Amino acid sequence: MTTATIAGPHDALQTQARWQWAEIAFWLATLLPFILAPDYLLLASQVAIAALFVLSLDLILGFAGIVSLGHAAYFGLGAYTAGIVSKWGWGEPLTGLLIAGLVAGAFGYLTSFIVARFRHLPLIMITLGIGLLLQEAANSASWLTGGFDGLQGIHTWPIAGKFHFDLYGYTAYGYALAVLFLIFLGARRLTLSPFGLALRGIRDNGERMRAIGAPTRSHIRTIYTIAGMIAGIAGAVLAQTTETVSLEVLGFQRSADVLVMLILGGAGRLYGGLLGAIVYMVARDRFSGLNPQYWYFWIGLLLIAVVLVLPNGLFGGLSLLTRRTKAAS
Amino acid sequence: MQRLLCGLAGCALALLGVEAANAQDAVKIGLIMPYSGQFADTAAQMDNGIKLYMKQHGDTVAGAKIELVRKDTGGIAPDLAKRLAQEAIVRDHADILAGFVLTPNALAAADVSAEAKKFMVVMNAATSIITTKSPYLARTSLTTPQLNYTLGTWAAKNGIRKIYTMVSDYGPGIDAETWFQKGFKDAGGEIVGSVRFPVANPDFSAFVQRAKDSNPDAIYVWVPGGAQPAAVGKALAERGIDASRTKVLGQDALTAESALKSMGDQALGIIMVANYDYNLDSPTNKDFVKAYNDEFHRNPDFFSVGGYDGMHLVYAALQKAGGKTDGDSLIAAAKGMAWESPRGPMSIDPETRDVVQTVHIFKVEKVGGELRNVEIDKVPNVKDPGHKTN
Amino acid sequence: MPPAFGVLFDGIAYGMLLFLLSVGLSVTLGMMNFVNLAHCSFAMLGGYVTVTLMNFFGWPFFATLPAAFIVAAAASVVLERSIFRRFYHASDLDQCLLTIGVVFVSIAAAAYIYGTDEQPVQLPDFLRGSINFAGLNFAVYRLFLIAVALVITILLVAALEMTRFGAQVRAAVNNQRMARGLGIDVDTLFAVTFALGSGLAGLGGALAIAMVGLDPSFAFTYLIYVLIVVSVGGLGSIAGSFAAAMLLGVSDIAGKYYVPAIGSFLIYLVMMVLIMARPTGIFGRRQA
Repeated sequence: MTTATIAGPHDALQTQARWQWAEIAFWLATLLPFILAPDYLLLASQVAIAALFVLSLDLILGFAGIVSLGHAAYFGLGAYTAGIVSKWGWGEPLTGLLIAGLVAGAFGYLTSFIVARFRHLPLIMITLGIGLLLQEAANSASWLTGGFDGLQGIHTWPIAGKFHFDLYGYTAYGYALAVLFLIFLGARRLTLSPFGLALRGIRDNGERMRAIGAPTRSHIRTIYTIAGMIAGIAGAVLAQTTETVSLEVLGFQRSADVLVMLILGGAGRLYGGLLGAIVYMVARDRFSGLNPQYWYFWIGLLLIAVVLVLPNGLFGGLSLLTRRTKAAS
Repeated sequence: MQRLLCGLAGCALALLGVEAANAQDAVKIGLIMPYSGQFADTAAQMDNGIKLYMKQHGDTVAGAKIELVRKDTGGIAPDLAKRLAQEAIVRDHADILAGFVLTPNALAAADVSAEAKKFMVVMNAATSIITTKSPYLARTSLTTPQLNYTLGTWAAKNGIRKIYTMVSDYGPGIDAETWFQKGFKDAGGEIVGSVRFPVANPDFSAFVQRAKDSNPDAIYVWVPGGAQPAAVGKALAERGIDASRTKVLGQDALTAESALKSMGDQALGIIMVANYDYNLDSPTNKDFVKAYNDEFHRNPDFFSVGGYDGMHLVYAALQKAGGKTDGDSLIAAAKGMAWESPRGPMSIDPETRDVVQTVHIFKVEKVGGELRNVEIDKVPNVKDPGHKTN
Repeated sequence: MPPAFGVLFDGIAYGMLLFLLSVGLSVTLGMMNFVNLAHCSFAMLGGYVTVTLMNFFGWPFFATLPAAFIVAAAASVVLERSIFRRFYHASDLDQCLLTIGVVFVSIAAAAYIYGTDEQPVQLPDFLRGSINFAGLNFAVYRLFLIAVALVITILLVAALEMTRFGAQVRAAVNNQRMARGLGIDVDTLFAVTFALGSGLAGLGGALAIAMVGLDPSFAFTYLIYVLIVVSVGGLGSIAGSFAAAMLLGVSDIAGKYYVPAIGSFLIYLVMMVLIMARPTGIFGRRQA
């Protein structure tokens, strides 16, 4: 993070909070698939959902240093909530989204009390345990969740009564993108605030933060709840746009995937996570199309290559590149 | 904003329309299966069955060339399966969706089949409700109730009075347990106890001991394919259950080839119900097994035959519909279709669009020094009893 | 004897297997803090070595066991020297990503070479079946497994407590900086320990085939169990891994026998309770 002169933390934050042209270009580019690649809108909508999920993990991992191997618990909880609400007759997407977010956020709040008390390996195992337990519970409660077969009978009503979810994915991508953008704005504001600075302090040196009197546990609980809520919203968007939910939304595979996407893109930068999601999802789609049986191999090589060459993830590599070109010019 | 969207949609559709006009001479089939991941072997077998059928019958039907578009779901991923089905139709212009090893994926893709009005052939997924999700869907594999209800009835009528059931605690396992118990009780038998094991269970000894404690005439086991059948077989033997005295009953995967190799002689006497096994003694099957071995150097299983017969249905339906590829024509042609398959005579029920076939009962015996599933009984023309309650 | 004893015996055998698979990771994680999520890929490699040697080259089962150990250890040396050693001071996350990449590659390679089917292995006749004792059945293979694991445990503990190498390992686990300061070549020590740990995992993988089966997803499936054993037992502690493996194996089996309805929850609940009660593990001394 380069800052010229620091005239005080508030000024520094204000400088960072200004929108750079690269950011504006990025968000405009997300509209391109509508025009350039209308056949790929469904893939694009799932990339947007993944990006939102990665964003929620970035908030706790990249900014507060909480490594979670069970973040899919909140994603899945949001997905099932939205699905069940729709199945029981209320298919309005926006309110369904809010309800899912609240439920996931509430669970995030409850579990944050446990999470805030541990670090490192114990924390990783506890988050893993939470995810696995929730998945088992969902399997057992098949009267509610549909069990292995998945939730049936989800029907999402058209947004605002007009935009119905079509086969080509126009509405799906538009919806997912809009949700992603709005929440991103909120997350950006949050991380570039004093609270965001405090989180980074906790990530880097929790003891020191406590020594200067920061309420670290309360901060961790807050960000964990928020991240849970956002993950739940991402899950809800998935449930609403695909009208399917099954046990794997809570699974270890999903938690591992989102972690990989975040580290690949670069944690702690917000855009890193988005980039990681885009690259991973698109690479997976391409490799899987080329070589359905062994695409794992190429993804594995990609991950190893990225870690060897780009220690701060793809985004770290990109910012290094831009810094070098700026210095060279 | 809405007008802009509509405009864009209109342009896109126009573009698609132009493309579609040129693609009339090929009939594309979107094959959606878990080509990678833990179910990859089942997809490989199914794909082999499809390839063999096409090799034997050529790749042209009713004047059109058949093209396969393969898409990988990687395992249980209904959101991905749905997207792949949509992409197959929208991007690749597939007229038919086929494959489907796993129920959640089949259910998700069925929604697409219903909305886009495309013919869909399910070649493995075995849950009853799948065929109700789309009026354009036909199944050529089996249903769990079809096999297990038959086995339950057979068991009660063949000298087993008290049975203990053990199944995996998830959809298909619970399905199997429900229908087996129903068949068994309807025919006068008594269930002395039951237990469900966790899905990814590595160690069965505790459950086997519970079964042993209740002293049954027989034990019914249902586990998914993979590592578990052999592990269960070994656990049964290790806890002292002799399959030739306390009968062990199960469904197809329990005595699959690899499971038998791992269990060894401990598997002798296990009774199994299936719609197909490569040991079936009929000329049609013998030819099929020989051709399969020549081509792929391994024996076919019920996944292979699901794919093989699925392709037969596609070809026959296209033929009967005179080359028309829309959903209504194809499903109308498919209803009531009957033919002789390597598994025996089979047909597609015109009301439910589900498979009607002979259910075989096998026993593990030593034939020529090797362990094989030998057919000891069969029940012809079994419809899916699960539909009666729908 | 009540049947519960037979069941507990099986649980102990399962625990022993988990111990063999986990002990290597516990020591290397405790010593170098290197998060090696590819640990079970070495186990899987050992399993496939046994399968190949037995099914393609006709080797007897016992001869394949040391081969599994050696090949897994050798593979780990190659990976460690070429790639892993650059990451000892990298962040936990980078280590995770790197080793997950290795896992993906290993799973795809195994699927490519061997197919995704279950690998059958024909045990020698005297290892099959069970012994009837006091009215209970004890599987011969599980007796064998327990025997092997006990021998290895004794060897490990002896090596750790009574040899110079062992003393150096204990020192490096306890306080790496101090050990370096005293002139201990921690890097070579770590390479040797890493090889040893991976070799043991390979042996565990070979022994696992006849009990829980082998297919390409082994590397991921057992990773979770191994992580549970390592975190509950405490990093860098052989006694901890042993105790945790026993505890988890037995409670898993006992839970399934007495209360099957919660069978699948139990192992995760036990893990979480133990970790929350003792975050550094049963015998752990350091924070991860």
